[in-house]
Amino acid sequence: MATEPEAAEPVVPSLVDRYFTRWYKADVKGKPCEDHCILQHSNRICVITLAGSHPVLQSGKTIKSISYQISTNCSRLQNKVSGKFKRGAQFLTELAPLCKIYCSDGEEYTISSCVRGRLMEVNENILHKPSILQEKPSTEGYIAVVLPKFEESKSITEGLLTQKQYEEIVVKCINATTATS
Amino acid sequence: MFPLTEENKHVARLLFNTGTCPRCIFRFCGVDFHAPYKLPYEELLNELRKFLKTGKDELILEVPNPPPKKIRLQELEDRNDNMNQNGEGRLSVIEDGSIASKNSNLNVCNVCLGILQEFCEKDFIKKVCQKVEASGFEFTNLVLSVSFPPQLSVREHAAWLLVKQEMGKQSLSLGRNDIVQLKEAYKWITHPLFSEELGVPIDGKSLFEVSVVFAHPETVEDCHFLGTICPDCFKPAKNKQSVFTRMAVMKALNKIKEEDFCKQFPCPPNSPKAVCTVLEIECAHGAVFVAGRYNKYSRNLPQTPWIIDGERKLESSVEELISDHLLTVFKAESFNFSSSGREDVDVRTLGNGRPFAIELVNPHRVHFTSQEIKELQQKINKSSNKIQVRDLQLVTREAIGHMKEGEEEKTKTYSALVWTNKAIQKKDIEFLNDIKDLKIDQKTPLRVLHRRPLAVRTRVIHFMEAHYVDAHHFRLYLKTQAGTYIKEFVHGDFGRTTPNIGSLMNVTADILELDVESVDVDWPPALDD
Repeated sequence: MATEPEAAEPVVPSLVDRYFTRWYKADVKGKPCEDHCILQHSNRICVITLAGSHPVLQSGKTIKSISYQISTNCSRLQNKVSGKFKRGAQFLTELAPLCKIYCSDGEEYTISSCVRGRLMEVNENILHKPSILQEKPSTEGYIAVVLPKFEESKSITEGLLTQKQYEEIVVKCINATTATS
Repeated sequence: MFPLTEENKHVARLLFNTGTCPRCIFRFCGVDFHAPYKLPYEELLNELRKFLKTGKDELILEVPNPPPKKIRLQELEDRNDNMNQNGEGRLSVIEDGSIASKNSNLNVCNVCLGILQEFCEKDFIKKVCQKVEASGFEFTNLVLSVSFPPQLSVREHAAWLLVKQEMGKQSLSLGRNDIVQLKEAYKWITHPLFSEELGVPIDGKSLFEVSVVFAHPETVEDCHFLGTICPDCFKPAKNKQSVFTRMAVMKALNKIKEEDFCKQFPCPPNSPKAVCTVLEIECAHGAVFVAGRYNKYSRNLPQTPWIIDGERKLESSVEELISDHLLTVFKAESFNFSSSGREDVDVRTLGNGRPFAIELVNPHRVHFTSQEIKELQQKINKSSNKIQVRDLQLVTREAIGHMKEGEEEKTKTYSALVWTNKAIQKKDIEFLNDIKDLKIDQKTPLRVLHRRPLAVRTRVIHFMEAHYVDAHHFRLYLKTQAGTYIKEFVHGDFGRTTPNIGSLMNVTADILELDVESVDVDWPPALDD
């Protein structure tokens, strides 16, 4: 373990910890370690991010490009919402792809919504500067913002892992990889 | 003094014989000065009889009388007071008996259904005034509103057609507006009586309203034929108990052809058995407004009650800490709180405070000296250390606009305690002091996105002043355009507000505390204590 950085831990919980609950989905679409982290605000809004264990965030990886074009005729960049009720949003199921991340080593990763809801916005900043995805994966490097249906705001996280459950899985995963190597 | 002249005689006789009261006869004869209406009913009746008797012989000589009229004249001569139509003779006899025993000559008028009879009498006025006195309102004048049953308009219309026809025989015309409105006549008679009884003037602009609602169950069906003739005038609406509102009935009466009306409704209208009933006598006072400025010293106090899924998050709120006292003192029914902007539950409001205004709905007490208001302010301030109030004063409804203008246009100053992940030195924050009128783009913060449209708004940070605290903290004073989200400007809201303190300093920044130092709105006027 790394030694503690120079007293950088705030006395109060971080912005994410103050207002959001972290939910995780491990091995998304059956691909090992492709874990996602969903930050749910107390107002039900979900921010889709990469979990720390995702391959893209492992050392040595370089992101070549990110694309919100998920099929020939559907781009998440075309999503537009209007008014208080966010009319016109693309509707996402748990499995809906949000974007593709292409790495310089030739690997390609698909990021999924993990929660049902309407797409509010995608993070265009990571298109211009993919490195922020790696530097600040749980804040500025978010993938997208999803607004679940009001009546589903509790149920959408039912199939997801809590922080504690996720940590247990990650430990097992590390043990497994160290055991095999 | 008696206002009718020879040329009114035909109309007066016709109406009188068909069961119309003297005051309604005056109305249909266009008597538009008040005095005659105010005479005692008994006296009016006698005068009218005398007046009608004098011309009788001429009339009989001149006009070949149709039999019914003859009969009626006969009855009149006999002082039988029979105001009923043919075929209702039996009924009228019974009524005569009862009236005689009451010694009040009151046959219910077939046009006003007793409004210009019993309901103009002092007994009734007294009854209303007792209700007013008992309601416990404080008032220095009043406005009286009366609501008549809609079928009165139908009867009025029938009587008008009858009179118009009669006058037509004498080549005279009678427009709708030549008749004195029932409401007008009622006012002329009763306003002075109310004013005298309550000892205050009647004033149309008064905030204190006494409303009397009349109904006449016996004749509700009078209107129903209009529904089949003009169905488009009577569309059901959720908030209406009956489609036959007064407005709808008036609309239908304007549309319906005279001959159609006459086929469906008796002209003259038949005589009712009873006078109107009083459905309600209600008092209400228009809202009054109190304004001031509040300070909020707690980071656990929301501005308005914080309720999620019907459950209270925190037991109190700024709004309640102030308004509860006002409700008690003004003896009001409810309140509406508004202010020049709002602060988050964990934000304090210091300095001169935030302008607010409270509408007090249906207040029973409204007159306060400035001393009393000052005492009220002290009472609020003593009751809680979480808030303080200053400049408390009575204001007008219109003046509240100044406060809302400020919400959009005026600047605000804040003090924020900022944390940085990287260690900083004094020189690292000095550059913030040199930034002037910095334009920032704010996407709707994630914390409010669920209830506000998604948009990018440009706001201006007019100036900043950074005070070094320690290696990871500094205090930031800012003056900003109204509507700037300060917390997001500090932590960047996932990079959704740009630039932000973090991006300007090239660190990760977070906001630990926020205080509103001033809300730069010069309303309400400051008071010296």
